[in-house]
Amino acid sequence: MPPAVPAGRDLRLDLFRGLALWLIYLDHIPSNMVSWVTIRNYGFSDATEIFVFISGYTAAYVYGREMNNRGVVVASARILKRTWQLYVAHIFLFVIYMAEIAYVAASFDNPLYSEEMGILNFLQQPDVTMIQAMLLKFKPANMDVLPLYIILLGLFPPMLWLLLRNATLALAASVSVYIVAWRFDLNFPAYPNGTWVFNPMAWQLLFVFGAWCALGGAERIGPLARSRPVFWLAIAYLCFAFLITMTWYFPRLAVYVPKWFSEWMYPIDKTNLDVLRFAHFLALAILTLRYVPRDWSALSSPLMRPAILCGQHSLEIFCLGVFLSFVGHFAMVEISDGIAMQVVISVLGIVAMVATAALISWYKNIEGRKAPRQATPNADLAGGEA
Amino acid sequence: MRTLIAALSAAVLVAAGVSPILGAEEGACYVAGSLVHADFALPHTAAAIDRKHVSIVVVGSASSSLPGAEGAAKAYPARLQESLMRRLGSDTSVKVVARTKARDTAAEMVKTLRQVLKDEKPDLVIWQTGTVDAMLGVDPDEFQTALGSGLDVLRAGNADAVFVNMQYSPRTDSMISLGAYVDAIRFVALQREIPLFDRLGVMKDWNEMGVFDLSTATKKIDVAERVHDCIGRMLGRLVVDGAALAKTNVTGSGNADGMNKDNH
Repeated sequence: MPPAVPAGRDLRLDLFRGLALWLIYLDHIPSNMVSWVTIRNYGFSDATEIFVFISGYTAAYVYGREMNNRGVVVASARILKRTWQLYVAHIFLFVIYMAEIAYVAASFDNPLYSEEMGILNFLQQPDVTMIQAMLLKFKPANMDVLPLYIILLGLFPPMLWLLLRNATLALAASVSVYIVAWRFDLNFPAYPNGTWVFNPMAWQLLFVFGAWCALGGAERIGPLARSRPVFWLAIAYLCFAFLITMTWYFPRLAVYVPKWFSEWMYPIDKTNLDVLRFAHFLALAILTLRYVPRDWSALSSPLMRPAILCGQHSLEIFCLGVFLSFVGHFAMVEISDGIAMQVVISVLGIVAMVATAALISWYKNIEGRKAPRQATPNADLAGGEA
Repeated sequence: MRTLIAALSAAVLVAAGVSPILGAEEGACYVAGSLVHADFALPHTAAAIDRKHVSIVVVGSASSSLPGAEGAAKAYPARLQESLMRRLGSDTSVKVVARTKARDTAAEMVKTLRQVLKDEKPDLVIWQTGTVDAMLGVDPDEFQTALGSGLDVLRAGNADAVFVNMQYSPRTDSMISLGAYVDAIRFVALQREIPLFDRLGVMKDWNEMGVFDLSTATKKIDVAERVHDCIGRMLGRLVVDGAALAKTNVTGSGNADGMNKDNH
């Protein structure tokens, strides 16, 4: 018997996805002092974990209902249509990246940096570079999240089918893939060298876990996640992670970490979603569950509105954020890279993201009014993009 | 704005009494001096200084050299030699050889290291790496493994090692993801107790303080030469400090490095 997909949108998802998008933007501007506020500096996990988990959650929420109501074929078709949109968005960002490096190649010359200019060699082989980019193998700096999302969503239909039939089995399958990838060091190949920065076979765990939570898993583990021992365990782990992170910024503190322990712990691998990172995300989620209830009154306050709006249009805002981080970095190099400028760029970028999200909401609203869709209350109209 | 900051920082240095001794240029270098410290000892180098004959090889990629006819003399390996000759006095012979290959990854440099040990029998190898690997997207794990095996080669050849990481290049900052490679070098340096010259951090500081403007497009080589001169001087200090640390390690027990180890 397929589980019922819970009704009513959980605004917390939009809120935290919106915040994650802001943090990803701040982290993507190189040498930005403002990015000191982002969570990656205070623990193992960062905004990427939040983004992938919530994306899995919303995908299951939106398409799970679709699969229950209209069948496997229709739901799968909609998932693949969404995947296609992601792919187009990725190629769009790639074009912007190419424009940026082509500009730098033509205008920047400095004998100090002949080595770094080697990055422009890609321009000398546009045939290879473009084809590799279309195959998702060539992914320039900061363009690794969308390809991951494309793979995760593209392969989601069978996983969603299994989740709706036997959620536990589906989660077990996901964990198995994670373990096998980790044990045998499996990853997708990249161009010109190496492997994917975000290994899809590892990161799928977080995506599927999000989906599993959306389809009843959250209720099942709810009592455990809210229990006192687990709460204190989460606090302890977050403190531990915080202290370890401090040793990265103040190397003198590193002597207090026993050698055998650092040998066991390091590297805390982002590519393969290290267990320590996953645990850190879980600990954050447990605290969030406790302090941000679903019916939290502040969720409807105007203060939260900007982040929620951004979270509701995650694809557009994510792409905009990557673009804005290019522009912001460019402005820093051209005009000034003082701290004042970094703050201005960080704030302006977030304002632009919020304004765009508001514009998209407004546009979707008038479109919806013009051609009201009947049938089920559409998740897209509720701002419910997967 | 940048010139203003430069003038201010120069004024601060004069006020602090740095400038009169070191000269304006040297003072400017040491704006970022706090980032450069010998965390670990260089015992082979210390022994070589005692023998009054120091042989050093710089193994690196393009950013360890400068273009042009004067390039070799102005690049930081040559400046390091000059700095060490000044610091160690005229009765010590110092030879710094640069073995740079423009596009070599860390793994390729391990071969160079083997060759260098045979050819030069150096007391110290300064190993600059990271940028090429980052640009090619070499798996950071493989990069880290290559660093480890390079250090194994040097240890077997009785040579000390100092790491030099990437340059700070504001123009290409958003195009080359250095992060994982910077972390790998830092991690290996700590784990294997190898001094690290944090060129990335130092150059970032220079750019921020306005000592050098690193984001202007120019065909002129003067800024590049001054940057290399500073790097050479600061490396010279790091090498001498590392050698001194080796001596305190042998004689005394209460030194900083020894304490670190005892605390484990």
